Amino acid sequence: MSDVSVQEPAKSPPPERKGEAREEGNRWAAYLPTIKTTVAAVVLALLIGALLIIFSTPRVIESLKYFFSYPWDFFKFAGIAVWDGYTALVKGSVGSWNSIERTLERAAPLICAGLGVSLAFRSGLFNIGAQGQMLAGAIAAGYVGFHFDFPPGLHLLLAAVAAIAAGAVWGGIAGWLKAATGAHEVISTIMLNYVARFLMIYLLGKELFQRPNSNDRLSPPPAESATFPQVFGVHTGVLLAFLAALGVWWLLERSTTGFEMRAVGANPSAAATAGMHVQRTYFLAMALAGALAGLAAVMQILGQQDSLTENVAGTVGFDAITVALLGRATTLGPVLGGLLFGALSSGGLAMQAAAGVPPELAQVLQALIVLFVAAPALVRGVLRVKAEGDGGTVLAKGWGG
Amino acid sequence: MSTTATATAAPETQPTRIRERSDVHRQIRLVVTFAIATALCIFFALAVDDPNVRYILGERVTKEFQPKDLNGSWVAWLAVAVSAVALVLAAVNRFPRGAAGVVLGVLVGLMFYLGFLMWVYADQGEGFTAAITNPIPGTIRIATPLVLGALAGVLCERAGVINIAIEGQFLAGAFFAAIAASLAFQPYTGLLGGILAGVGIAALLGVFALRYQVNQVVLGVVLVALASGLTSFLLGQIPGDPDVKQYFNEPPTLPQLRIPGLADIPVVGAALFDQTVLVYLMYLSVALVTFLLYQTRWGLRVRSVGEHPKAADTVGIKVNRTRWQAVLLGGVFAGLGGAYYTVGSTGAFDRDVSAGTGFIALAAVIMGRWHPLGATAAAVFFGFMLNLQTQISFVDKLPSELLGAVPYLATIIAVAGFVGRVRPPAADGEPYVKS
Repeated sequence: MSDVSVQEPAKSPPPERKGEAREEGNRWAAYLPTIKTTVAAVVLALLIGALLIIFSTPRVIESLKYFFSYPWDFFKFAGIAVWDGYTALVKGSVGSWNSIERTLERAAPLICAGLGVSLAFRSGLFNIGAQGQMLAGAIAAGYVGFHFDFPPGLHLLLAAVAAIAAGAVWGGIAGWLKAATGAHEVISTIMLNYVARFLMIYLLGKELFQRPNSNDRLSPPPAESATFPQVFGVHTGVLLAFLAALGVWWLLERSTTGFEMRAVGANPSAAATAGMHVQRTYFLAMALAGALAGLAAVMQILGQQDSLTENVAGTVGFDAITVALLGRATTLGPVLGGLLFGALSSGGLAMQAAAGVPPELAQVLQALIVLFVAAPALVRGVLRVKAEGDGGTVLAKGWGG
Repeated sequence: MSTTATATAAPETQPTRIRERSDVHRQIRLVVTFAIATALCIFFALAVDDPNVRYILGERVTKEFQPKDLNGSWVAWLAVAVSAVALVLAAVNRFPRGAAGVVLGVLVGLMFYLGFLMWVYADQGEGFTAAITNPIPGTIRIATPLVLGALAGVLCERAGVINIAIEGQFLAGAFFAAIAASLAFQPYTGLLGGILAGVGIAALLGVFALRYQVNQVVLGVVLVALASGLTSFLLGQIPGDPDVKQYFNEPPTLPQLRIPGLADIPVVGAALFDQTVLVYLMYLSVALVTFLLYQTRWGLRVRSVGEHPKAADTVGIKVNRTRWQAVLLGGVFAGLGGAYYTVGSTGAFDRDVSAGTGFIALAAVIMGRWHPLGATAAAVFFGFMLNLQTQISFVDKLPSELLGAVPYLATIIAVAGFVGRVRPPAADGEPYVKS
């Protein structure tokens, strides 16, 4: 069917014989335009962000009043504002070990949830439900984390498994509904997000989940025995996020199930004709996507030791969609995208603290970067670069059917 | 050989006994649904001890609208009877198809709703003053932005451009409606501001989707993030000083306009025709979009570029120009829908004021099978469910937090049980490049 685009990789070299080394070089050369346009996209986004910084700084606005008599002030203040803002962004994201820790901790849930969305994409499913799946996972992780008393390692393992299972169930519901009744996954995942939210609010009102001596809707923090140990100030759950990426890569690129998923994503009719179980693949893909979102909740609850609130997932579930799209639904993509978003989010805080730049700017920057990355034609147009091949991936492009 | 055996046996088997699998599935689905409905209705009817229920047909208790008494258990048993009839019809596979089936289905749904309400409101004991109010006004109010957003989605997607950015259009529309109305001290300029902002986001959608052929799913998600970030950013730039703030984010709200004559119809009149101008615009928009898409030459072109752009191009239709028109016109409706959240209801803009309703409008587009009337019905259904949730949260028979999930669960059930597999426009999401 026509709901999937296959972007052709770079034109293969002319059919003459070439040395092995040359072939290897060509493979990298094929990715070079992608890297170039991505970097250019980031630079473009930062330029627009600079304009926003300039026009949100009071001192710069003031200097506009006498722009025609003394324009230098405007450029000086504007330059200072942009320099301050962006140095704070860099310092706050990768400038010190402290900020790297924060970047990594913020990136870990984004990577996990982004992998989940990406996995569903590859199977031709548009999973908007990472938010709800994370909440389901968080409920399970929190409950096992603070309610039971197990020896340290085992407690962590059980809590993590519970979260992953809960996320898988929540995602699996949408997958099963799609497989059994044809209910569109976009509708069911959006609705399940809300259901998870109200379930969380309901449970937080119960004595079972309520933190003693607190009037807020807030659970106790997870027990010490159920949290990831810290190494150099970073919780070791972050490693798990990278392992998950490796696992997803193996699943999609090296296993039979992954092959079926990609085949179903590329063309469900052809996959069915080839004897693959399309409906089972839909269920499996959504359940796995939910499991990965559950893992993201593990990062939040058992890694950063957040207590359960109705906003425990923040906007991670929705940012995960952008991360997955930024990564063009490859496996390495969400990792890099998650790291970039983690850096922007942790740097955005520093920007606000050090340079007084509004925190929403980080969100605008994120959106602009993805927009420009997704529009290579625009970036090439701005930079006057000729069109070359892009790295090829398969990405769900339509509603499916 | 077994093949020859079946070949010879085939004429002997009666062809009437072979039923299509889809027919069997339909029967199973209907029987299960009505069995559950009947069982629940019986439960509601049996659980009512004190059948005295108070109701009013207006929106609130006033001198002219005094609450009246009603025998709750009588209504509840009527609901049992209706759903049981439907169950029997489904069991013998005589449940009507087409329009009659829809009418009967809606009737069962309404009776189930009434039975449920009787169960919630009965047994409230002495001194309890809550009364069932007319659900129509609240439903219309909640559904207005959803319908407008869904119409925008339908227009874009019938032309072959996926629009996930309805939420972004809502946010931009809401923000600039508040600004425009505050600057002019005039709520109607707010509508204009909303329209301009909605068209602005639509233009971004058009530029990136049609000019630069960006993947439209990516684009929609990004535009939502961009609109959410930009409106929050700009909101933060408005000074907190009340003297300055009143020029930016303290818009007057739209007044209610009573249409004489129509508003005097009992029960539905005041509900439908004593609303703000935005609601009337919504009625007009539904009719306009349906007329445009299905009765005009332009609509035929829009639908053809959404189904088969190459064929359309071959007969001389300008594919991308038609898509641009549909996307921008959609922006008008989505921007109006966004204006509801500021000038149409509470006034000032707040961060993420539309709270994800743009995604619900998107769900309504899909649930309504990309048809303006279907999408409107889906949006109204959703508005009805949201309104029901706020109504019965006054009565503490059920925990209010769980009631919050009811509209969303009901949508899942409706989609899984009755809408099922849907078919989008064939070229939805595919950029057209002339070769």
